[in-house]
Amino acid sequence: MPEQLVFAMEVTLNGLMAGVLYALVALGFVLIYKASGIFNYAQGVLALFAAMTLVGIMQGQVPFSHLINAVFGGHVTHFGWNVPGVVAIALTVAVMVLLAWLVQVLVMKHLVGQEPIILFMATIGLAYFLEGVADLMWGSEIKTLDVGLPQGINLWIDETTFNIFGYGFFIDNLDIVATVIAALLVAGLVAFSQYTKQGRAMRAVADDHQAALSVGISLNFIWVLVWSVAGFVALVAGIVWGTKSGVQFSLSLIALKALPVLMLGGFTSIPGAIVGGLIIGVGEKLFEFAVGPLVGGATENWFAYVLALLFLVFRPQGLFGEKIIERV
Amino acid sequence: MFYREAGDFKVSYADDSQTFPIKFDRYRYYVVLAVAFGLIPFLINDYWANAILLPFLIYSIAAIGLNILVGYCGQVSLGTGGFMAVGAYACYKLMTAFPEVSMFIHVILAGGITAIVCVLFGLPSLRIKGFYLAVATLAAQFFLVWLFNRVPWFYNYSASGQINAPERDTFGIIITGPNAPAWATYLFCLIFLAVCALIARNLTRGTVGRTWMAIRDMDIAAEIIGVNPLKAKLTAFAVSGFFIGISGALFFAVYLGAVEVGEAFGIQKSFLVLFMVILGGLGSIFGSFAGAAFLVLLPVILKVVGVDLLNWPTDIVAHFQLVIVGALIIVFLIAEPHGMAQLWRVAKEKLRLWPFPH
Repeated sequence: MPEQLVFAMEVTLNGLMAGVLYALVALGFVLIYKASGIFNYAQGVLALFAAMTLVGIMQGQVPFSHLINAVFGGHVTHFGWNVPGVVAIALTVAVMVLLAWLVQVLVMKHLVGQEPIILFMATIGLAYFLEGVADLMWGSEIKTLDVGLPQGINLWIDETTFNIFGYGFFIDNLDIVATVIAALLVAGLVAFSQYTKQGRAMRAVADDHQAALSVGISLNFIWVLVWSVAGFVALVAGIVWGTKSGVQFSLSLIALKALPVLMLGGFTSIPGAIVGGLIIGVGEKLFEFAVGPLVGGATENWFAYVLALLFLVFRPQGLFGEKIIERV
Repeated sequence: MFYREAGDFKVSYADDSQTFPIKFDRYRYYVVLAVAFGLIPFLINDYWANAILLPFLIYSIAAIGLNILVGYCGQVSLGTGGFMAVGAYACYKLMTAFPEVSMFIHVILAGGITAIVCVLFGLPSLRIKGFYLAVATLAAQFFLVWLFNRVPWFYNYSASGQINAPERDTFGIIITGPNAPAWATYLFCLIFLAVCALIARNLTRGTVGRTWMAIRDMDIAAEIIGVNPLKAKLTAFAVSGFFIGISGALFFAVYLGAVEVGEAFGIQKSFLVLFMVILGGLGSIFGSFAGAAFLVLLPVILKVVGVDLLNWPTDIVAHFQLVIVGALIIVFLIAEPHGMAQLWRVAKEKLRLWPFPH
């Protein structure tokens, strides 16, 4: 088999894995957009916030220690204990639920009925706010996150492919775990929205706010629920991305990467988010592999957006989005 | 008592269609112009120019440009940073290629080039709407920044990949480079701002502006009553691009002097200008000024209070700034979704009746 083709296969596989990671972030967007029509820019910062909180709890950091030290003097940094990963994750989930409730009570409740652009801006404001709070709480230095996910090259795939093609593929264990986690997450979300009372209520709200209200569904509760679920998805994305590249500011920028994924898949579709993620992941890796060296590299910065743009020109609602019907 | 039309008789069509129909408003406008042109250049020093006045003037131009696109024509754009970069690099290439030509011409040409690029990226807006378009303009943002980073021709093959503004003058007065006097750079930007604001104000009052607003309010209905959506949307992109290009050129050549594209014209810049427009007020020229002033002053004030008065470490102040900006945006959107321009309108309405409100 020609060498280039084997390389391209490896690139494609890695692209699929990267696509899963994008899809993880995009899922959070879709959930909130479907349920409340809010385009939640803060999703990436939610992931950053969740990951930082997780690290902070695990290492027993004192929240706002920098601020306390600056204002009152003193050198408080750590409580001096370490929290095991599972407990820390449970605590972080609790924090995210609390955050969801706060967001609903303090921000979104007051903006019901505003235009989408205003809501969008509010979530950008929220993103700034959360980023500042996260930095103040846990410090802005790069942290390593280790909750026990396996990392490094997968030797089994390396050996198997070496025996077949005479060239060992490099596939990171973490990516495989991430794929499994994403699959579980999606299965869990689908099960939740199909078979539980709250899940059905969530879908009802997504379908029609007023009809949902009139059959006695509490919009307030559903929105808190949706933001909590989005917070949970953000936590999962934060764990995976944080383990992969460290917990730092750039984590919040993956939200921007999730946008073309959403556009491709359509804002309103969970399968769309997955398929869009895979297309973008494979597309940008292959493009970088094939065309990148000719034009100076780093095409990954923009390829996803341009692909999505070209795609939208032919199908303005994305692959799986609801058809946009316009009336006067 | 103020802003009253009573006794302000219009005896000709020209009177009736003035830019500022109310006499008080007109005089206020003349006073602002007189102070800006006649007083401030004599008082200005380097600190005031570089910390507050220049960024305010330049961001105002950008905000007016974006406001035309978002506020008047309803096409949400997140590509402002990229378009400002086009203006900056066009200006740089022109400055280095034609050193003897006046800076005025370079900046205007840079605006024109940006307008063309902006129209190109605006073409999909005929098919794509709303948030889909907002995200599509991100393609412009990332692609343009990448382009200026990777293609050496744009930065004249300099080793650092940066662009540096060489010393250029207009009418014998140095405008760019480290030796430019503060008053000259200030006046240079002010002239552009005054002309841009006047053009924008009059465009938005006229036929073009009305077609933009029709498209914004409901594009299908506008199409049915005979507005050509192609023309309306693309003119909005072109005019907006022209203003944003001018601001980008000034930002690079006059204000910063040296620019690294990813840092100066990144996605953060797009959001900053969008914030100015939204906080100031969508669809209001005055709002663009107010938003720009607010977001230029805020970090300066926070720095003065936090670092100089309270002696906190700069990183904590920087984090606080994020928190405060974020919180302010949310509070503002909740309290007054129509921005500062609406506050101003309400204040005017109150002033009309003051001190006898009944």
